[in-house]
Amino acid sequence: MDLSSAGFGLAGGVLIGLSATLLMGLLGRIAGISGILSSALFERGGDRGWRLAFLLGLVSGPALLLLLGLDWGNVAPRGGVAALGSAVIGAPLAGTPTMLLAGLLVGLGTGLGSGCTSGHGVCGLARLSPRSLAATLVFVLVAMLTVFVVRHLAGGGA
Amino acid sequence: MKPVAGYLAGLLFGLGLALSGMTDPARVIGFLDVAGAWDPILIFVLGGAVVTTFIGYRLVWRRGTPLLAGRFQLPTRRDLDARLLGGAALFGIGWGLSGYCPGPAVASLAGLSWPLAAFLVALVLGWWLSRRLSPVH
Repeated sequence: MDLSSAGFGLAGGVLIGLSATLLMGLLGRIAGISGILSSALFERGGDRGWRLAFLLGLVSGPALLLLLGLDWGNVAPRGGVAALGSAVIGAPLAGTPTMLLAGLLVGLGTGLGSGCTSGHGVCGLARLSPRSLAATLVFVLVAMLTVFVVRHLAGGGA
Repeated sequence: MKPVAGYLAGLLFGLGLALSGMTDPARVIGFLDVAGAWDPILIFVLGGAVVTTFIGYRLVWRRGTPLLAGRFQLPTRRDLDARLLGGAALFGIGWGLSGYCPGPAVASLAGLSWPLAAFLVALVLGWWLSRRLSPVH
């Protein structure tokens, strides 16, 4: 990874933080994607409108960049330690059966664990919540272990 | 006004994910693959997001109430339980297998492919199952 890639990462992170701040300042809510989306799908009531609008905004962000012809895979220099550029919307690495299993685990896990990378990892850590710190440590370490097993022990998958 | 606020927050979130490379699972897997050509990208993304949110929250909390709602709705639990940690572990397995957590998966909808569609359908099914298994819902 090179300096510009770190800069893009940092800038994107700041935008995510501004989004979380906006949602708290205006609506008093945590910007947790799994909570917002699963509630938009499975709960009736007055909060459905802003949740669906959030979902629309989330989808339209990267779509807008594509429409404007901006693709970081071309704009940001490739190379550096990992020799990885990034695309605005990258192609999935895993095949459909693995992605089915992964989606089920992510849905079940974030549902039972009350949050994902945004709710626990961003908003929860910013609130200094011990539950979010524990959850974040667990899902990051388990994900690293999973990648190690799939890539270096089993030699396949993503 | 509430849907406008929701849309703007979602838009900023989606732009942030795309700008930082998080809608590219190759970058995410690059970060999770500590035994490979490790890509520290997520430290910058998460670091920038947490510091901004930490400061932003404390600024908006000074007002006492949100601008468009009656009160701030914050989780109050501080205890650790098996549901939280077990859920986080299941999520970690799925994240490691795919390189997708919920935000980037949904934000990538404009680049929909069969594997991503499969992930999204299963994601919704997983959320539905978790609600069936949760006594609070």
